[in-house]
Amino acid sequence: MSARTVPLYRAAHGRTGDKGNRSNISVIAWHPALWPLLVEQVTESRVAAKFAHRRPSRVTRYLLPNLQAMNFVLDDVLDGGVNDALNLDSHGKALAFLLLDLPITVPDALREHLAGADEPDSFQPEPWRHA
Amino acid sequence: MPLAPLRIGCAAGFSGDRTDVAAPVVDALVAAGGPSFLIFETLAERTLALAQLARRLDPDAGYEPLLDDLLRPVLARCLDHGIRIVSNFGAANPRGAARRIAALAAELGVKAPRIAVVEGDDLGAAAQRPLLRAAVGAGADIDAVMETMVCANAYLGADAIADALLAGADIVVTGRVADPSLTVGPALAHFGWRRDDWDRLARATMAGHLLECGAQVTGGYYADPGYKDIPDLAHVGYPIAEIDADGHCTITKPPGTGGRIDVHTVTEQVLYEVHDPAAYLTPDVVADLSQARVVELGPNRVRLEGVRGHPRPATLKVNVFSEQGWLAEGEISYAGPRAESRARLAAQVLRERLGTLARLRVDLIGVASVLGDDAGAYLLAQSHGEARDVRLRVAALDDDKARAERLPREVTALYTCGPAGGGGVRTGLRQRLSTRSCFVPRGDVPARFVMMDAA
Repeated sequence: MSARTVPLYRAAHGRTGDKGNRSNISVIAWHPALWPLLVEQVTESRVAAKFAHRRPSRVTRYLLPNLQAMNFVLDDVLDGGVNDALNLDSHGKALAFLLLDLPITVPDALREHLAGADEPDSFQPEPWRHA
Repeated sequence: MPLAPLRIGCAAGFSGDRTDVAAPVVDALVAAGGPSFLIFETLAERTLALAQLARRLDPDAGYEPLLDDLLRPVLARCLDHGIRIVSNFGAANPRGAARRIAALAAELGVKAPRIAVVEGDDLGAAAQRPLLRAAVGAGADIDAVMETMVCANAYLGADAIADALLAGADIVVTGRVADPSLTVGPALAHFGWRRDDWDRLARATMAGHLLECGAQVTGGYYADPGYKDIPDLAHVGYPIAEIDADGHCTITKPPGTGGRIDVHTVTEQVLYEVHDPAAYLTPDVVADLSQARVVELGPNRVRLEGVRGHPRPATLKVNVFSEQGWLAEGEISYAGPRAESRARLAAQVLRERLGTLARLRVDLIGVASVLGDDAGAYLLAQSHGEARDVRLRVAALDDDKARAERLPREVTALYTCGPAGGGGVRTGLRQRLSTRSCFVPRGDVPARFVMMDAA
């Protein structure tokens, strides 16, 4: 069966929360049929690699099968947190959208469940993903 | 027959939230009839420290600056219809807020409300220093933290709020309490649950969790055109929780308001600021969301089920704020042909000129800014593009004010010294508020309420 590489936001949505120097990012499947694929492909190691430049000391993934959701907790990625960070976005509010850019591979049989429209060409990961 | 649900409306999710959202919530509560409460959550982590600094300058200040704007549109209507109000808008001065509310009621010509304040969260007094020192731990800078401390506040739970309501308060004003406790307090008082009924406390806690950020559960902070379209976002409605006798909640919003409540908007908020979903810690209970389910009952009606509870923690979280060091910021814009090249050159100039500051960060807004890291690795990894509208932004932290002051001067100097065409300089310098979190034994922080007419 053929498959297609798409950004994670086609298959899931999410939101960032912060407490101190710790960020949590939810990843919620747009459709229950997409959930197994997320569990398989959106792993702790891939998320850690995606956020390598923010130097997380630990990345933990919690699964919530009833909600078809996962919760990523990234320790020490906020440069000290809301009062210590030099970042304009000291809460890290935008970080969910960095994670939602992660490329995933979706078999054609599940494509009908994706959100948004297909891009003209196959999705090309930005250079940073390979760092 | 099941008992009528308790309705709790939320009309603010942080200090600085919209002040015209409470009226539709109160209208919906009045129309529904039955027991109901209105809560305002206005106290983020940093807000309390800012309130304490305001109180240093003016002993009557230190409570929510928008208190009048939040309450004036709805106070009379709430009192007329028996809708009781619970809020942490007391911030660093709950008694000051209570006095202001009493004065506002008099101005509006309504019957004087019974106002209770919840106290005990403030651990800033000298007598509390040994407790804080022990809790913060033997860090290298413990002395500096204590010497420059702005405030130290424990996150109190719902018990004192519930006690105040049971004693007849129309309005309960708190300082630092856990945000969900603003909802758990009314639920405890209304249903008369045992204070160790962990499952019900956990469910009410999650109702509070869904309410506490206002529009974040009703389609606010959610919209993403083409993927997550939300109707009438400009008039997004604020949430109302219908809580049953077992603590389960259904989230709704006032008719005629914008926004949307569905499985997806609610699930995002269920997990907001959660770490381990099996152990969401609050002063009232440890909530277990690992088996939670979100069920759409109808348009803009979503129910949360499957939440369990475990005994509450033996300790309370305390945030200690101190003034340490200076934060300097500066910005300048470059636009038109080769704007990105000129902005990158300006960044290089500033790094050379300001390299001796303790911590320095340079962003190119329009190329890479918020997703990056302080060291600039993310920015370096972005290939040099042709961005034609770039705002250079530089920030630094330094313990020494004179050194920090060099940053705004160097950014301003780019007007004549720097790359061509830089404009729109803005600079700022302010003291940094540093935070430490620690835990203290619950028994060392006795929470209590005081009825103001009896104080």
